[in-house]
Amino acid sequence: MEFFSGIGEFIGRNLPYILAGISVGGQYALIAVGYTMVYGILRLINFAHGDIFTIAGFFMVYIAAAMPLYVAIPLVIVLTVLLGFTVERVAYKPLRTAPRMSVMISAIGVSYLLQNLAWYVTGGLAKLYPVIPFISNSVTIGGATTKMVTLITPFLTIALVVVLVMLIKHTKIGMAMRAVSKDFETAQLMGIKINSVISMTFIIGSFLAAVGSMLYFTNYATVTPTVGAMPGLKAFVAAVFGGIGSIPGAVVGAFIIGICENIIKALGYSTFSDAFTFALLIVILVVKPTGLFGEKLSEKV
Amino acid sequence: MICVKKATKLMLYGALIAVLFVALWVLENTLPKSTMLFTVLKKGVIYALLAVSMNLLNGFTGLFSLGQAGFMLIGAYTYAITTIPVAQRMAVYQYYEGGIVQFALPVFAAILLAGLMAALFAYLIGLPVLRLKSDYLAIATLGFAEILRALVQYDKFGPLTNGSNLLRKFPTFSSVLFPFAVVAVCLFLIVLLMNSTYGRAFKAIRDDEIAAEAMGINLARHKQLAFVISSFFAGVGGALLAMYQASVQASTFKVAMTYEILLIVVIGGMGSITGSVLASFLFIACSEWWLRFLDTEQFLFGVQVPLLRSGFRMVVFSVVIMVVVLFYRKGIMGDKELPDLFRRRKLPKEAIK
Repeated sequence: MEFFSGIGEFIGRNLPYILAGISVGGQYALIAVGYTMVYGILRLINFAHGDIFTIAGFFMVYIAAAMPLYVAIPLVIVLTVLLGFTVERVAYKPLRTAPRMSVMISAIGVSYLLQNLAWYVTGGLAKLYPVIPFISNSVTIGGATTKMVTLITPFLTIALVVVLVMLIKHTKIGMAMRAVSKDFETAQLMGIKINSVISMTFIIGSFLAAVGSMLYFTNYATVTPTVGAMPGLKAFVAAVFGGIGSIPGAVVGAFIIGICENIIKALGYSTFSDAFTFALLIVILVVKPTGLFGEKLSEKV
Repeated sequence: MICVKKATKLMLYGALIAVLFVALWVLENTLPKSTMLFTVLKKGVIYALLAVSMNLLNGFTGLFSLGQAGFMLIGAYTYAITTIPVAQRMAVYQYYEGGIVQFALPVFAAILLAGLMAALFAYLIGLPVLRLKSDYLAIATLGFAEILRALVQYDKFGPLTNGSNLLRKFPTFSSVLFPFAVVAVCLFLIVLLMNSTYGRAFKAIRDDEIAAEAMGINLARHKQLAFVISSFFAGVGGALLAMYQASVQASTFKVAMTYEILLIVVIGGMGSITGSVLASFLFIACSEWWLRFLDTEQFLFGVQVPLLRSGFRMVVFSVVIMVVVLFYRKGIMGDKELPDLFRRRKLPKEAIK
């Protein structure tokens, strides 16, 4: 009993941190789904995904300055999806038969390009993210004041992921995705249009990254060209933690990482909040490379 | 007969290197010190070592590691910590009462130590990590580099590392000859290594791990060896970079730095030492010097050229890199070395005989 009351007390004392952890975990989850789906199908760590997330932030900054929000939000999502689609077509598709490392290098190249492009357009200055009404309102729960977005994020994340899982389980394109991720070549022989499946994966990933960026930047208020790199890497770690290729795994992993990271901050070791994520990654890779929910992959000779 | 040929070849290379150094010496004594050329030469030669050390792992052994920045960080910090003159320590470690290290090593000993420390860390990190394959290895080494960066900045280690503050006032170099000499020695050692049985074993592992193992190559040992050696030279490169910059701060050794070196290796050609060296000079010359004009507003025939302003250089630059990555996947040299290019021209004649 004493143990539980101890936990209760700990939660009570650190409620703001735990709320922030759940919220940031949901935002990581939205990015992580994009990583895990791309990895599941192409076996590619899409290093540019974090930068697509950043660019979505910049789209919002510039578009919201020119248009009302109810136009800007859908437009940002459409543009981000287009960006993700274009990146795949231009930088990854020509390398489909190349060794896996070449595609990864291309992804790093795209990341470099997007960061430099963002730097050029913004002049390297941090841009203030527009205030989205309602979700940036303050609320008070259990004595902790926070933004509405903190409460909305986990529910929105879970709702989107449930829709996505339904899509993958019950629609034709979802079935095609599962087939391609099981066996690339056989799926192709069975008449599945590989390229449209892959494009669809990138479209879904970018869509979720766009939604994630709106939630994330509402919390953090400024966008800089390299801001997406860290959340991107952490989301990837979350995807590995949950078992790469598994969507529920990525979501669970992201929430765990988000919460742990903020508890570490609450304990006063903020320097190590990033390092912890990577330490976790290395432990997982060494002890259980398939992650929490991953399928066992056998290395073919 | 073969021996004579080899001896003349060695003499030729020796002469070439001697000419290079004399040329550098002459340049340094005739041109003004502030010329961009010297910046490019200094930074370029340091990046050449860093790129070759990464190539040793990624291009020659086929181990895709992204931990370069971490080992450079170890090298740079080891060098800086052990060479700051004792008299200056109070000023540098102002928040930590002068720090706990109260001695200063000679420069060359410190550079060697920088390499050794990086190698030691690589050995420890390699034990768990080298069992992983391809992209998992990449992300795990990247993670370690980030952990090292966080550890160095940790406040409790402040007396040793100065926390997140700058390290400065350590000995630096002013002549181009110094980095060239150090890098030349390192590259010579790497070339010797690559031409030894170890080098051939590394290449065999890259081409086919299973076949290599079947031929009796101890995979774990050779991978570990390649990782440690590569990190040693990354550490030395880190120390040189510290000298070049005259100050060290952990926050600059980011993943982006590793990416930059990786891109140099790719441009030069995975598995080519001369390719990496050439690409380093090209990369640094383009980014620091030749493309500078893109960053300032220019007028051509009285009309302002559109797009040119701060940051445009890097955009053009990264587009060029993407073109290389997508369409010239082999880079400048592929997996050939510079002397191979001259040899190939002679081949048809020999075939006629």
